[in-house]
Amino acid sequence: MLDYDVKYLKFKTYLNTYCPHCKNTFNVEKKDHKLISFNAVYKGQETELKLSPYLDIFEVQTSIPIAKDDKLDDVFCPKCKKSLVVDNMECGECGSKTAEIIITADSKLIPFFICLKYGCQWHGLTKADERRIKLKIPRQEMPEQDQKIRATNFQEVPFGLTSELTQLEAGRCLQCKNAKCIEGCPVNIDIPGFIKLIRDDKFDEAAKKIKEKNVLPAICGRVCPQESQCEKYCILGIKDKPVAIGHLERFIADYERKMDLVKIPFIKKKLNKKVAVVGSGPGGLTVASDLIQRGYGVTVYEALHETGGVLTYGIPEFRLPKSIVQFEINYLKEMGVRFELNHIIGSLYTVDELLENFDAVFVAVGAGLPWFMGLDGESLINIFSSNEYLTRMNLMRAYKFPEYDTPMPKANKLVVIGGGNVAMDCARTALRTGTREVTIVYRRSRQELPARHEEVRHAEEEGIKFKLLTNPIKYIGTDSNKVKAIECIQMKLGEPDSSGRRRPIPIEDSNFIIECDLVIVAIGTGPNPTIFQSANGIKRNKRGYIEVNEKTMETSKEFVYAGGDIVTGSATVIEAMGAGRIAANAIHKKLSKKKK
Amino acid sequence: MFQIIRKQELAKGTIIKMDVNAPKIAKKIKAGQFIILRVNETGERIPLTVADKDEFAGIITIIFQIVGKTTALLNSLKAGDLIKDVVGPLGKAAEIENIGTVVMVGGGTGVAILYHMAKAFKDAGNRVIGIIGARDKELLILEDEMNAICDELVVTTDDGSHGQRGFVTQPLEKYLDERHDIKLVYAIGPIPMMKFVTKLTKKYDMPTMVSLNPIMIDGTGMCGGCRVKVNNEIKFCCVDGPDFDGHLVDFDELELRNATYIKEEKDSLLASIR
Repeated sequence: MLDYDVKYLKFKTYLNTYCPHCKNTFNVEKKDHKLISFNAVYKGQETELKLSPYLDIFEVQTSIPIAKDDKLDDVFCPKCKKSLVVDNMECGECGSKTAEIIITADSKLIPFFICLKYGCQWHGLTKADERRIKLKIPRQEMPEQDQKIRATNFQEVPFGLTSELTQLEAGRCLQCKNAKCIEGCPVNIDIPGFIKLIRDDKFDEAAKKIKEKNVLPAICGRVCPQESQCEKYCILGIKDKPVAIGHLERFIADYERKMDLVKIPFIKKKLNKKVAVVGSGPGGLTVASDLIQRGYGVTVYEALHETGGVLTYGIPEFRLPKSIVQFEINYLKEMGVRFELNHIIGSLYTVDELLENFDAVFVAVGAGLPWFMGLDGESLINIFSSNEYLTRMNLMRAYKFPEYDTPMPKANKLVVIGGGNVAMDCARTALRTGTREVTIVYRRSRQELPARHEEVRHAEEEGIKFKLLTNPIKYIGTDSNKVKAIECIQMKLGEPDSSGRRRPIPIEDSNFIIECDLVIVAIGTGPNPTIFQSANGIKRNKRGYIEVNEKTMETSKEFVYAGGDIVTGSATVIEAMGAGRIAANAIHKKLSKKKK
Repeated sequence: MFQIIRKQELAKGTIIKMDVNAPKIAKKIKAGQFIILRVNETGERIPLTVADKDEFAGIITIIFQIVGKTTALLNSLKAGDLIKDVVGPLGKAAEIENIGTVVMVGGGTGVAILYHMAKAFKDAGNRVIGIIGARDKELLILEDEMNAICDELVVTTDDGSHGQRGFVTQPLEKYLDERHDIKLVYAIGPIPMMKFVTKLTKKYDMPTMVSLNPIMIDGTGMCGGCRVKVNNEIKFCCVDGPDFDGHLVDFDELELRNATYIKEEKDSLLASIR
C-alpha cells in the first residue's frame, strides 16, 4: 500500500508531526519539554491530548482523567478542527480505530497512525511497513584496552565482542537476498549466511560456514580492511554504520578456537599429485588449504624460520597475536600440509627444480624488498626500513631483549615516514617499547592516509603525533653518524594523480627541521629478486612484479602460478587470499586434465 | 635442526671451525655465498660465510670468530649438538672465470671465505697468489690449506710472530709493482684492511673485489639492515652482494653502520654470563 522506505526510523526518533488536512504542526517545543499536542473528545468532553514526540516512548497526558482501555471518541486538529480518525487503518494490536497524522521520516512525508484506545501503546505504520521497520540498534563496537595502559603493553587492543553483543550486532543485518557484501569480500564468504546462524545461536555452524571460504577467519577478522571491502557494500552503511562484519567474523573464529570446536576435516580421496607453494603468507596458506582438501599433496616452502610470512614478521603482536597465527597454521598442518622452513626458493631450489618434483608451483613470496627514498643521509645509523624494525620486533622478539638476543632499537624521539598500516604498526610498536615521542610524517593530508581507519584512530588515541602534508628531503647526522634531525618541506595538495588521490606538491621555502634520534622509513616495498635468480621464463612487468593471467593466476611459465603481493604489489591479507583461491581452483582444473 | 659433525679450534678460544650437516645447502652453495644461522629459539640470526663444503657428505664448513653473544653461544656447542636453523645459500655467488692471475688477500677470519674463493679460482684454472695476514701467529688460520691450493703464498702478522712482519698491503704492493700479469685482486677481511687494500689497488687501477659483512637480520633482502653505499647507490649486501667492486664501496659508512649495536652486544653478552 505504501511504497516509502521507513527502515531508518530509529528507536527514540524525534517525530515531526503534521495535520493531514491543514498541514499544521502538532509539535510543541518548550524550553524543557517537547510534545505533540492534539484535541480529543472523550465521553462528550473535549480535552487536550499530549503525546511524547519520541518514537517508542509512550507517555500520554490529558487534561481530564481517562479510564484505561477506554477509547477516545474522536481526535481532531486544534487548528482546522477536522477529525483525524480514519476507517481504513486498524490498530495493529487491539483492532481499534486509529487517527492518522503525517510525520517526516527519511525526508519524506508519510502517514503515521495512533491507536484510539487509551493505554494501547500501538502507534506506528501499516502492518506491512511495521515488519520493515528496524528499530535501530547502533553498531556494536568492541571493548578495548584503555589507551594509556595499552600503550605500554603488547597485548591485543580490542577484547572482541561478547556473545550478547555479537547477537545484538547480528540482529542489525538486513539479510539482503542479493547481498552486496559477499561481492565485496575477495574470497566471497557467505556473510548473511553466517550472520543468520549467529542469530539462531548456532555459533559452531557459523564458524563452519565461514571456513567453507576462508581458512584464516581469526586473522581476517582482525586485519582485513573491512571498511573498504565487505562493509563498504553493506546497505545499512548508506544511512548509518554498516554491520560490523569483521567483528562478527572475529568473534566466531575466536569462539570456535576457545571452545575447542575446531575439527580437522577428513580428506577422503587422495590424488597422486603434488603442489609446491613458495611462501607461507596468507596467499600460500589459502592455496595449501584449498588443495589439500581436494586431495593434493602440498608442501609449503618458507624462507624464514617461522611460518606465516607477513602475518608473523610484519603485523605486531598487539594487532594479531602470534599464537592465533600459529593456531591457524597448525590446522593446515593437521590436514596434512608439509611446511619446510629455512628453504629459500631461487637459491636452495630453483622453480625449475620444483617442477621436476611437483605438478604445479604457486609463488606467493610477497613484496618484501623495502624501498628507500634515496635521500641524503639515508644510510645514517638509526634509520631503519619498516621491515627491519618490524622483523626485529615481531619475528626476532627484540622487544624482549635481552631474553631474546636480537637488540631492540631504542629512541626518545622517533619519526615514522609514511601513512599506511605498516607505518601505524611501527609507530605503535615504538610507543610500546618506551619511546617518549612518536611522530608520523606523511606527505598528503589526513583524508588520504592509506591505513585502516581503526589503526589511525588507535594510533591517535595512544598519543602518536601526525605531521601531515610534510615530506622529508634530507637527513642530518651527528658526528658519530647517527641521525639527529630530518629536514622536511611543507606540502599542499594539487590535482588528483593516477591513483585518484590528490598529488602532493612541495611549497617552496617552507623547509623546517624535525629533531629525532630514530627514523623508520615505511613508504612501501617492492619485489624481492631472490626467486628470479634462476627462475627463467617467468615474465615480470616493468615494476618487477610477476605477470599473470588474472582468471587463473598462471604465469607465463606453464604450471607455475603466482598471487598476492608479488603480483599486485603491497596489498592486503585478504586480497592475497583471494588470489590464492583463484589459483587453487585453476590449478585443480588444470591438473585434473593432466594425465600422470 | 642441523647437527654439528666436527668442531675444531683454529685459534685457541677465538676462531672456531665447525662442520655442519646440511646436505641441501652443501649441494647448492658456491664460493662467496653465505648462510644465516640461529643457534636456538631465543637466538639472533647471524650471517656466516661458508669456508668449504662437501657435497657428497652433505657437510658445510663454517669458520667464525667469537666476538659476541651468539658466536659465544655457538662455541658452547660441541660435536653432535644441534643448531636450530641454518638457512642458505644466500647472496650472489662470486663470478669466477679463468682470467689469468689473481691475488687473494685475506685478513683475520676473512681468510675462511678467501679459502673457499681461492679454491674456486684455482679450479677455474687461474694462477692464484695468496696473501694472508693476522694480528699474531695464534690468530692466523688455514695457512696449510691455503698453501695447498695457492701457487704462491705470503703470510704476514702484525707483530712478526710468523711470516713477514706488517700488513697484507706491503706484499701486495710489491706484487703490484713487480708483476704485470695480475688481473684481479680479491680482498676479504676486516673493514680497515679492505679499505686500505682498495686504496692501494686504486693507485694501480687494479680491479678489486671485496666481500662485505654488514649487520643482517633476515639475509633474504627483506629488511635493508645490510644496506651499503656502492657507487653512491644503496645496495643490499644480502641480495646484491656480498661481493662488490671495492673501489665503489663507501667503507667509512659501513664501518660506522657496523658499530651500531656495540653497546647492546656487550649488554647481551654480559647478561648471558650472569
